[in-house]
Amino acid sequence: MVAERLPREVIAMRVAQELQDGDVVNLGIGIPSLCSQFVPEGRTIFYHSESGVLNYGPMAEEGEEDQDLINASGQFLAPMHGMSFFDSGSAFAMIRGGHIDVTVLGALQVSRKGDLANWMIPSRGIGNVGGAMDLAVGAKKVIVSMEHIDREGNPKIVEECNFPLTCPACVDMIVTDIAVISVQREGLILKETAPGWSVEDVQAETDAKLIIAPDVGNISL
Amino acid sequence: MNKVYSSFSEAVADIPDSATLMIDGFAGPGGTSQNLIRALRDQGARDLTIISNTAGLASVIGFGTIPGQKPIDIGILVDNGQVAKVIASFPVSPSPSRPTSFEKAYQRGEIELELVPQGTLAERIRAGGAGIPAFFTPTGIGTFVTDGKEVRVFEGKEYVLESALKADYALIRGHKADTMGNLSFRGTSMNFNGVMVTAATVSIVEVDKIVNVGEIDSYRIDTPGLYVNRIVEV
Repeated sequence: MVAERLPREVIAMRVAQELQDGDVVNLGIGIPSLCSQFVPEGRTIFYHSESGVLNYGPMAEEGEEDQDLINASGQFLAPMHGMSFFDSGSAFAMIRGGHIDVTVLGALQVSRKGDLANWMIPSRGIGNVGGAMDLAVGAKKVIVSMEHIDREGNPKIVEECNFPLTCPACVDMIVTDIAVISVQREGLILKETAPGWSVEDVQAETDAKLIIAPDVGNISL
Repeated sequence: MNKVYSSFSEAVADIPDSATLMIDGFAGPGGTSQNLIRALRDQGARDLTIISNTAGLASVIGFGTIPGQKPIDIGILVDNGQVAKVIASFPVSPSPSRPTSFEKAYQRGEIELELVPQGTLAERIRAGGAGIPAFFTPTGIGTFVTDGKEVRVFEGKEYVLESALKADYALIRGHKADTMGNLSFRGTSMNFNGVMVTAATVSIVEVDKIVNVGEIDSYRIDTPGLYVNRIVEV
């Protein structure tokens, strides 16, 4: 029996360490949307959402919800000084134009080359592209945060994606419930494992061959 | 010139069968022209093509919906058999157990879908309103998006050629309009409304309030009135 998997909040905490002071950051739906709660103190992050807002902060309190103040996950935002609003054309000009430093996205599969598949499960026959293709191609750094394996136990980090692609060779970093992996030209570098997980344990749940970083260590927060 | 209409039904009365419409909020009721959508359902025009970010999400999963409210979205037009085709980026529910009306009709083969990345959708609409017939974008390279389209290399990187979108009508939700049709939006309700209002032959706008000219500060007008043909107060 191997060790426990990290909960979603801890995955989000680890991702949040990657966000640097002054970064403009776009968070996707699911685990990514949790990251904003865990940014290390002293760092100012400017959150962008394709719903047409820059520099949002905390979510609205219960009873204070405003339907004209949402992020792309449909969460209600609290009003904040310095917020700005714009139409969808501008929201995506910012994304494609290289003005977003980091995007954090969920994924169905990531390949050894950093190909991202996150918009359609083929068995459903239909899916949502949403803003993921624009974010994957436009953000300077693409971090994927997800569970390491799917609900049926299939590896999500694979040699080649067999789900339809969102964007080829776009992922820079993968943070899962058992590992932190850097995507480099030579392949997937295993940098950190969850406490109690050996590199062999992580490889056993990964379809793609991992390169073990010489300084591989535990995920720490 | 009178842009002010006294009822939603009057404002949508002339929309014919087979019209192309742009209708949106981002996905939630904020920015969705719920009253115009209801009037269009009652008016009954059929074989419509609808250009929209989602295809009716708020009504099934409560996206962006204040607890206790029952939002209206284009799902009611789909349910009423009025929609032949949807051009959208987020047409199905993220929750397979709560499918959208659109998804059910699509699975029955009753409705057509053109799936477009969200930023490409926004830019195609913007281009439609700005006299740009087509443009190259990096979004979708290496995916199904490029099927049947020209791909060209600029400065060593691949881009796909995407065409502009225009509509016969846009059903828009604004915050305030003056009687000249100058608009202000509120917060994230600008989203697709801000581009759609420019790309339709006839833009019909429902607003919280219609005010006299001068009552919206000219420095705070988001959309100049030349894009706006009809306004109705909620």
